Amino acid sequence: MSRLEVRLSGEGGQGIILGGIILAEAAAVYGGLNAVQTQSYGPESRGGASRCEVVLSREEIDYPKVILPEVVLVMNREACVRYAHQVRPGGTVVVDSTFVDAVPETPGRVYRVPITRLAREHFGRDIVANIIALGVLAGLTGLVDRTSLEQAVANRVPPATREANLKALDVGYRAVAELLSAAASDS
Amino acid sequence: MPHEPGVRLMQGNEACAEGALAAGLDFFAGYPITPSTEVAEFLAERLPRTGGTFIQMEDEIASMAAVVGASLAGARAMTATSGPGFSLKQENLGFAALVEAPCVVVNVQRQGPSTGLPTSPSQGDIMQARWGTHGDHPAVVLAPWSVHECFDLTVTAFNLAERLRIPVILLTDEVIGHMREKVTLPDPSSIRRESRPRIPPRTPGALPYEDRHSDVPPMAVFGDGNRAHVTGLLHDRRGYPIGPGPEAAALIRRLQAKVDARRSELAMVHGEMLDDAEVVVVAVGCVARSALRAVRLARQEGIAAGFLRPITVWPFPEERLARLAEEVRGFVVPEMNLGQLVYEVERAVRGRAAVRAYSRVDGNLITPEEVLGALREVARP
Repeated sequence: MSRLEVRLSGEGGQGIILGGIILAEAAAVYGGLNAVQTQSYGPESRGGASRCEVVLSREEIDYPKVILPEVVLVMNREACVRYAHQVRPGGTVVVDSTFVDAVPETPGRVYRVPITRLAREHFGRDIVANIIALGVLAGLTGLVDRTSLEQAVANRVPPATREANLKALDVGYRAVAELLSAAASDS
Repeated sequence: MPHEPGVRLMQGNEACAEGALAAGLDFFAGYPITPSTEVAEFLAERLPRTGGTFIQMEDEIASMAAVVGASLAGARAMTATSGPGFSLKQENLGFAALVEAPCVVVNVQRQGPSTGLPTSPSQGDIMQARWGTHGDHPAVVLAPWSVHECFDLTVTAFNLAERLRIPVILLTDEVIGHMREKVTLPDPSSIRRESRPRIPPRTPGALPYEDRHSDVPPMAVFGDGNRAHVTGLLHDRRGYPIGPGPEAAALIRRLQAKVDARRSELAMVHGEMLDDAEVVVVAVGCVARSALRAVRLARQEGIAAGFLRPITVWPFPEERLARLAEEVRGFVVPEMNLGQLVYEVERAVRGRAAVRAYSRVDGNLITPEEVLGALREVARP
């Protein structure tokens, strides 16, 4: 794999940065790739804009930030307006349709998944939405293999929540399977 | 408790803290400040478990004072901060230089001046790291460009501080400090630790600043049972205050010469694609990551571009620059300030080649495209 760039965006409190860390860890520690994860956030810990970037490569990574991503996650309206169009042509844009209805014109392929709603339905709370999102991203793009991602999730989250988080990852993968089979039956 | 060797995804600040532990850190005093806080956070948890001491002080001035005090008592001591705190540490940094107290000061640069942009990177402290404290004084300043180098250079910083009895500054930035990256940590037993020269315990008649046999006098560590006197006044070999005259000048010159005499060893550089280069990008820290990509892109366009990264910012590797200036058409110096490193490049180049500055001060990392644009201008005027 030559350089592959991922941008995760939303707001403080949605677990955007932890999601990026887990993705980078899956690739670097368990997947044998090089990975760099960077982040940008305001002084507030909740509510402010939150952005996390992950660069993956088999080669040495020079510039650590995203130039134009292949994969974009937007978890709220503001992030959607700012980042949904900043993607390589044919790249993947995953939108949390719980919070975002209209997606602006983008050169990427848009996938609407009710990520936070799935979290509420399956777990009764929003907090695992970031892990569901990772399952969706990996399921759609294969940017890291599932075993590596599961290992990284299990390693990073508090032990008491390990099982729930692994289940959340599975919810993400299954959402992709449903999305793709629905798309296949449409065509 | 040393670190586990092997592959990890680690933050630059964490790697810096791990490097400090691997280098034998005994004492950390600090006051948390973004974007350096993780260094203290990590050490607050880990250092006490190794038998070391972690103190959160009331402010940065006191933190630096505590570090100097710990050093005088024999500890391998460190603090970490960012711009506003680095300003506050300057007075005691000068004190450390004069009393020859080995210590390491980490400055994770953020956009200033003043409180500035707390969560955004900058390289605005390049000159402050050299000249921030008043009076002539030795300075060694190391600037890592990767998480792995945060680890390695922290070890180097401790070893140089101890060997030369000087404060050493690790000058990182928000990008390098907060970035997480794949690192392979070495076996702790493979890490070499240097210690300060030290007067053996209870040595009759030993002088605490005896410099006739070495430019780095063996230290009279408090508690070793030797006579020690420490003052911010210029002092004689006993450590007692002196007035103006040759002894004062000799002390100032010796302190500076500790670094100057070892310039070729201390001034580390990292070069790539320099053999046939016509235009060379000179960059440090996070900006060097953008610069290397720009150089690679320029090569694809047929521009004979090269890359030179001072790993040691101070003493500045001016001999290397001076030699290159004879061979190349020009230099590009991208930096996240309004022009600091470029002064040193110009000073070394002495008009023998073009020097093009590129500045960015909006709190965002300079991009490879920006550096490439400047490279094109110098390569194809």
